[in-house]
Amino acid sequence: MIDLSTTLGNAWFPSPLFTASGCASSGKELAQFIDLREIGAVVTKSVMSKPRHGRPTPRIAETPSGMINSIGLQGPGIDQFLAQDLPWLVSQKARVIVSIAGETVEEYATLARKVRSAPGISALEVNISCPNVENRGLVFACDPDASRRVIDGVRKTLGGELPIIAKLSPDVTDLVSIAKGVVDAGADGLALINTVLSMVINLETMRPHLGAKTGGLSGPAIRPIAVRAIYQVHEALPTVPILGMGGVATGRDALELILAGAKGVSVGTASFGDPAAIISIQNELKELLKVREFTSVAQAVGYAHRPVEDIDTRHEQ
Amino acid sequence: MSPINKFSGRMIATVVSNKRVGQYHQILLNVGEMVNNCKPGNFVAIKVGGENAKMILRRAFAISRVSLTGPYGGSMELIVAPFGQGSKWLCSQDEGSEIDLIAPLGTAFGIPTQPVRALLVGGGYGSAPLFGLAEVLKNRGCRVDMYLGASTGGKIYAPMEGKRSVNVLRIYTEDGSMGERGRVTEPIPTLIADGLVDVIYSCGPMPMLRAISEIVAGSDVVHQCAVEESMACGVGICMTCVLPVADADGNVSMRRSCIDGPVMDGANVAWDLVGKVPEVFP
Repeated sequence: MIDLSTTLGNAWFPSPLFTASGCASSGKELAQFIDLREIGAVVTKSVMSKPRHGRPTPRIAETPSGMINSIGLQGPGIDQFLAQDLPWLVSQKARVIVSIAGETVEEYATLARKVRSAPGISALEVNISCPNVENRGLVFACDPDASRRVIDGVRKTLGGELPIIAKLSPDVTDLVSIAKGVVDAGADGLALINTVLSMVINLETMRPHLGAKTGGLSGPAIRPIAVRAIYQVHEALPTVPILGMGGVATGRDALELILAGAKGVSVGTASFGDPAAIISIQNELKELLKVREFTSVAQAVGYAHRPVEDIDTRHEQ
Repeated sequence: MSPINKFSGRMIATVVSNKRVGQYHQILLNVGEMVNNCKPGNFVAIKVGGENAKMILRRAFAISRVSLTGPYGGSMELIVAPFGQGSKWLCSQDEGSEIDLIAPLGTAFGIPTQPVRALLVGGGYGSAPLFGLAEVLKNRGCRVDMYLGASTGGKIYAPMEGKRSVNVLRIYTEDGSMGERGRVTEPIPTLIADGLVDVIYSCGPMPMLRAISEIVAGSDVVHQCAVEESMACGVGICMTCVLPVADADGNVSMRRSCIDGPVMDGANVAWDLVGKVPEVFP
């Protein structure tokens, strides 16, 4: 019997497998393929205060073991989301982490105020790292001071109950200092990593392939970047819960992120290739934990950080 | 439950046959009872490249035809042009190979309750789903004319058995190497002016769909088109395959061609905004 349950701040989840924001829409589309109650939680697509069209097409290019996208936060806006999408998820008895994104510190605070009064939410993801905004200066997570101000504003508006998970970008020089900044400002947990800023040039047109020119790279191609980011941040902030994501496609990948320090693992791009991927990953993870004689996910979190002398000498022969 | 993707399922299908037809491959897959839910216009998302492929996304193909009573039970026919890495892989799969697929996906062509005069217009391999549609329309007592066009004769897909379901089959090529020289859209204005068509069903390149939409504008002819836009997931979660589409009030928003399409009313697509973004949100 393996205890798969996990916590992010004061929120409890029966499984460490989550959808990744922007990769499950609002859950309805996946419900035909998986039972949403079986996973840790549905992390909804980052929603802004107003409805938004997003970026022009083409919005996608496949790359070796990955893809780049430039959706640009297309969505219904927070009011419609709270009136329609959230109640549906709650009616399905799915646990929900709502992800919000804003263009200003004030917009994040406004979103937090609206979410505060909505029932059925386990945690709030504050996406300060979407790479597909028109002004790169608005990627708050690339600026330690801006990151802190956003989280500070959300914390003050939200009060103390709902856990805040700050979603960070790997496209920074010193990720640990940004992580420390948002934790100091009131984040209860960190989501690592968002997509990696990237570009594909189309050889037919000999111009950038995406309508928005740049996009976010996701999929197995970025998994080692995620593992590194989680490892570094867990090393510096061992008590801060991390929701890890980045190219997880198998149970092996999920375990790798957990060993690096993740308490939960989000499945994103893998769901595009297989809408039931999250369930197979969950089953594979359970088996891998059993084989390694872990009796809970909690025991494996950050296990890659144990001192060298603890390593079983049998592996060194 | 949600109505989105309601009849879709994932399965491992077997390749019953894989025949080269001109520049295309006609691939027959054994899908069993899944055919009961497949309608003309629906598509299938296929995992390509095998177990350790670096291609992580499924490839979407229009379902050409389905048959419930084939020698192997329910089967699904695809017409595939081996142009990209994924479609080349699919075309290289021999009889007996196993294919991981999700189907049926997307909207279907609307079938009229009364017999109508239908014109089916296909561009290049866009003709694939039209043959299955022609059979359904014919069984409803419709008059079915099919016009197929391509840049050159080698890109026309028109199998002998497909011709049985249509009253008239005309072929147009830009280089005149097959059928009549010219574009497949050129004869349509006259047909409409002469009152010879009630509904146009189209599938092919976006410029062709746009041209037909502009031709039928202002007439009583209904235009149902199967659109084409780059797609990552095929099930509505990635938001990459969007098109600007107007609702009943004329407000344009970005709709997913996988779940709100591929079949759309051509009159609702804001063709001038494809590849752009509407200025304001209603």
